[in-house]
Amino acid sequence: MINNVENITVDCLLDKVASKLPLGFRFVTMTCVDCGEHFDILYHFDKNYELTNFRLSLKKGEPLPSISGLIFAALVVENEIQDLFGIKVNGLALDYEGRFLLTETAPEKPLCRVPGVMIVEAGKPAEAAEVK
Amino acid sequence: MAKNTIIPFGPQHPVLPEPIQLRLVLDEERVVSAIPVVGYVHRGLEKLAEQKDFLQDTFLIERICGICSFIHSLTYSMGIESMMGLTPPPRAQYLRVIWSELHRMHSHLLAVGLLADAFGFENLFMQLWRTREHIMDAMEATTGARVMLGTCCPGGVRKDIDPELLKFILTTLVTVEKEMDEQMPVLLNDYSVKQRLCGVGILDKQVAYERGAVGPTARASGIAMDLRTHGYAAYGELDVEPMVETDGDCYARTKVRVRELYQSMNIVRKAIGQIPSGPINVPFKTKPDGEVIMRAEQPRGEVLYYLKGNGSDMLERLRVRTPTFANIPPVLAMLAGCELADVGVIVISIDPCISCTER
Repeated sequence: MINNVENITVDCLLDKVASKLPLGFRFVTMTCVDCGEHFDILYHFDKNYELTNFRLSLKKGEPLPSISGLIFAALVVENEIQDLFGIKVNGLALDYEGRFLLTETAPEKPLCRVPGVMIVEAGKPAEAAEVK
Repeated sequence: MAKNTIIPFGPQHPVLPEPIQLRLVLDEERVVSAIPVVGYVHRGLEKLAEQKDFLQDTFLIERICGICSFIHSLTYSMGIESMMGLTPPPRAQYLRVIWSELHRMHSHLLAVGLLADAFGFENLFMQLWRTREHIMDAMEATTGARVMLGTCCPGGVRKDIDPELLKFILTTLVTVEKEMDEQMPVLLNDYSVKQRLCGVGILDKQVAYERGAVGPTARASGIAMDLRTHGYAAYGELDVEPMVETDGDCYARTKVRVRELYQSMNIVRKAIGQIPSGPINVPFKTKPDGEVIMRAEQPRGEVLYYLKGNGSDMLERLRVRTPTFANIPPVLAMLAGCELADVGVIVISIDPCISCTER
């Protein structure tokens, strides 16, 4: 349902992001979604009210290259993702080391799904819930 | 060679309505750079939203912000409607515009009032906030609540505004405009106010764009960007134009807000004049499924919602990127090179909402 999505890999992330800037795209933000086995990381760019998105599938445990060297504004959302999902972001222009939003006593990577939690799918009874 | 000093500005500071710290690197009285420190009001609302059903989330996400709460619920509702293929009735679209613009007005009056307080003009601050109370009264009269209206929902709105109350809003706007006509010349023309705002905290257009500035912060730097012109809700029938200034300083940001206050009044009047009769919501039995991104124009700028549903009552992911979150990197650019005494005014000139930022 999201229009203008291009799937990319970690290897080509920086080149893809860099290619947007001369075309006049504005960096809007990033979104991270825990999909169980991997994270979906969406990079949102805007031009003339039209959103263009990159979708990066990142295996759990793998580091994410920072784009803050290309787009300084990305450092806040990258630090947030590092806090909330426990993804190590390499090369941050300013690295809060997991303490951007969270304090020392806060739960660790709170937006990660806890392994073994039962997820009830639509139209299925609770007994049919799958472990994700 | 002078040694740099680091001064913590905040989290508790007389000009800050909410807690944020800026670690200011100073060369004598001049700011070299600033490092933001946030996390004082992080509540984990995105996590909580995954544990509530999508209808309960409508109320939850209103609590993200105590100022622009209605537009949060509006953007969220538009996202849910997009996933479920719902089109709210025309009357609901107009009611959404009326409440959105009332919210914009009270937010802008709050912002310019806080700015007046920040540069030491307390009398003007109190006058502006007194005027803001009329808007709060109009919201209370039409919804029963001053800030958390609770009226927007997927499919439309929960509550109608009857003709008598629409008249009451118009009467309120007459009072508000009369008072603003007295206050705004002081805010924009007073010598001492101009001394504090003109040429202070300049954000260049190119820097504003590269750093992702949004809302009045971007428009004051010459970027003609206002999502209302894209025509969501009933804005497409109300001829909205972005209010743009080019100086990029604190004065330009204030001027944009003042012009938007008058613009919002005109939008509300026009919406009340054109509002069609009919139902205010559409029934539905489906559940949100798939992914959607929805954006809207809050008083502080563009808000973005990413929603992911799986066909059940619960959303798999709800992500919010609020306007102040986007305006943090631009404000760091404004602060570099400014005088220490101007830091408070510059920070307040972007109308920061830290509760929004941290969620």
